[in-house]
Amino acid sequence: MSPIGKTFAALKCRGRGGFIPFITAGDPDIATTELLLIELAAAGADIIELGVPFSDPVADGETIQRASERALRNGVTLRDALACVRHAKKHVDVPIVLFSYFNPLLKFGEERLAKEAKQAGVDAILVTDLTPEEAQPWIEILVQRELDPIFLVAPTTSDKRLKEIARQSRGFIYAVSRAGVTGARDQMTDDAEALVKRVRSVSDLPVAVGFGISTAEQVRQVWHFAEAAVIGSAIVREIEKLGKSPDLVKRVAEFARSLLEPKETSQ
Amino acid sequence: MQKSQIMRSEPDEHGHWGKFGGRYVPETLVAPLEELSEEFTRARHDNDFWRELNQLLRDYAGRPTPLFHAERLTARAGGAQIYLKREDLLHTGAHKINNAMGQVLLARRMDKRRVIAETGAGQHGVATATVCALFGLRCIIYMGAEDVRRQALNVFRIRLLGAEVITVNAGTRTLKDAINEALRDWVTNVHDTYYLLGSALGPHPYPLMVREFQSVIGREAREQILSASGKLPRALVACVGGGSNAIGLFHPFIADEQVRLIGVEAGGRGDSLGEHAARFHTGANSGGGRVGVLQGTMSYVLQDPNGQIATTHSISAGLDYSAIGPEHAFLHDNGRAEYIRSSDTEALEGFRLCAKLEGIIPALETSHAILPAIQVARELPQDDAIILNLSGRGDKDVHLVADLKK
Repeated sequence: MSPIGKTFAALKCRGRGGFIPFITAGDPDIATTELLLIELAAAGADIIELGVPFSDPVADGETIQRASERALRNGVTLRDALACVRHAKKHVDVPIVLFSYFNPLLKFGEERLAKEAKQAGVDAILVTDLTPEEAQPWIEILVQRELDPIFLVAPTTSDKRLKEIARQSRGFIYAVSRAGVTGARDQMTDDAEALVKRVRSVSDLPVAVGFGISTAEQVRQVWHFAEAAVIGSAIVREIEKLGKSPDLVKRVAEFARSLLEPKETSQ
Repeated sequence: MQKSQIMRSEPDEHGHWGKFGGRYVPETLVAPLEELSEEFTRARHDNDFWRELNQLLRDYAGRPTPLFHAERLTARAGGAQIYLKREDLLHTGAHKINNAMGQVLLARRMDKRRVIAETGAGQHGVATATVCALFGLRCIIYMGAEDVRRQALNVFRIRLLGAEVITVNAGTRTLKDAINEALRDWVTNVHDTYYLLGSALGPHPYPLMVREFQSVIGREAREQILSASGKLPRALVACVGGGSNAIGLFHPFIADEQVRLIGVEAGGRGDSLGEHAARFHTGANSGGGRVGVLQGTMSYVLQDPNGQIATTHSISAGLDYSAIGPEHAFLHDNGRAEYIRSSDTEALEGFRLCAKLEGIIPALETSHAILPAIQVARELPQDDAIILNLSGRGDKDVHLVADLKK
C-alpha cells in the first residue's frame, strides 16, 4: 500500500476525515514553503498538495494565480519545489502530492521527473490539465516509480469516463466540488455530494473534495460524504495577507488548525 | 505516419495529428468538448447545415471573395504572377467571420444563449460580436489590456455591436491571457455558454473545426486560380499567428505536392526569447523549436528552459501568441509546409508597399506575408503564379502606423 493509501486507512480507523491543505511552492519564497510543509503537517495536515507555479494556470482563480506569479517572480522552478520536498521530508513524513500543469513537467522530462520526484519524497502527482486519455505513458512511468497518479473528476464527468478515471487512479480520487476555477466560496453546492456518490458506485478509492472549500464548517460538511477535504485558496489567501510578516508560518499553521478545530476560531 | 495520412492531414478521432493536438484541459471541460465534437460531427455531415452556412457567407459576409491579380506587386517582384485572395473584403474586414459564422450556427444548434470569445487584434472579437448581434445572442469578448490599447478602434466596434469587452490584466495582457480568461469563464459557465474560439488552436475539436470553416478560402482560391491561369499555383503564402487563415488557404492544396505552402511567423524586433512570436525559430536563445502544451493542445510553444510560457512580441496583436495551431506543427515536422519569419520592420514595409502599389491597406498581420511573397515570386518564372492570402484589411492599424511615424 502506498503512503497515501496508508494515510487513508489510518483515517478510517480513527473515524476522522482527512485534511489536505494546498500551498504554492515559492510563495512567498521557497525557504518559507519548506517551513510551511513542516508546520502544516504539525498542524494536522494528513496530506499536503504542493503546487508547481506556472505562467498560465487556466484552472485557477485569482488567489492561486497571484501565488503562482509571486513564486515565478522569485524564479522558483520545479527543481526548487522538489528540493523543498526533500528538505521538509527530513523532518516530517506527511505524504506530498505534487500539483502541476503539464508543460513544466513535460519540459523537465517525464522519466526524469518521476525518478527525481520519488527520490525527493513526493508520493503522488496530479496534473491539472492532463486527463487519462492523454496520460499515456505518463501513468505507467509514475506507477513504475511507485508514485500515485491522481486525477480529477468533475460534476460534468460522465459515468463512462468516471469509471475509466477511477481505473487509472491510485491513492485517491480528487472530486472537483463544482464547475469553475479554484477559489474560496461562501456556499457549498449539492453537486459535490452527488458526484462523490457517483464515484462510490465505480470505485473503492478514497475521495477528496476540493475547489471552493474555505471554512471549518465546510470541511465538516465534506467529511459527511467524502474521506478528505482539500483547502487551497483559503490558505493561499492567508499567505498573501501575511506577506513578509515574520510570523507568517506560525499564523498560517494556526489558520490550518482553526479549520480542523472550529471551536478555537470562535473566540 | 503513412504518407497518405500526411497528404490528407486528418487528425485521429481524439484530435491528434501525430503527437500534436489532443485535449489537455481541466476535467470539467472534457464533457462540453465532447458535446461540441459530437455536434460538430453531426453538422459536418448535415447538408442543411452547410446550405445555411454557405447562404449566410454569401448574402451576409460577402463570399466568394475575389482572387485579384496584383500586377504592380508582380512587376515589383519580376517573377511569378502574384494573386491576392481578398479576405479583407469580407464583412467585418477579415477572414475571421468564416469561422465565427460556422460556430455561431453550432451554438444555436446546441441551444447555448451566451457566447464568449477571446480576441487579439480584435478582428475575431468583431466577427463574433457581429454574428451574435445577427442571431440575438449575448456576447462577451475577452481582450488583453495591451491589445485593448493598441486596437482601440476594434474595441469600440465590438461595443457598438452590443457585446461586452472584458479587459484582461493578467500575465502579458495579450491574446494568450485573453484565452486563459475565456477558458476560466467557460469552466465556470459550461452549462449555458458556448466558447467561440477564433483560431485553429486549443483543445480538440477546435483546431479541426476552425480549419473546416476556414477551408472555404482555399477551396475558392483553388477554383479561381485554375480558371485564371489554367494551372495550380507554385506557392501559397500566409501569415501565421494561431494559424487559421493559413490553414484555411493551405488545406485544400495539401494533396497537391507541387504547391509550396509557406507560413510567415512574426519575427518581431529581435531573435531572443520574448522579442518575437516565431515558434519554429530554433536559433540560440530564441526559445523556439520546443514542443509543449499550452491552452489545451500540444504544439510548438515558445517557453523558457523551465517550461514557463514565454512572453512574445509582435507589432501585430494577431500574431503575438506563444503557440501555433497543432496542424501547422504537424505540417512543419513532416515537411509539407515551410515556415519563415518577417520582422516588425519588414511587416511595415510590406504594409506601405501594398498600399502604394495596389491601393489596398492590409492588416499588420497580413503585412508580414507581403515581402516574403515578393521574394518567393521573384525566384519563379513569369508564367507561374503564387497566391498571397490577404487575410484582413488594415483600417484598425492605420492609427498605430501613424503613431510610429511620429
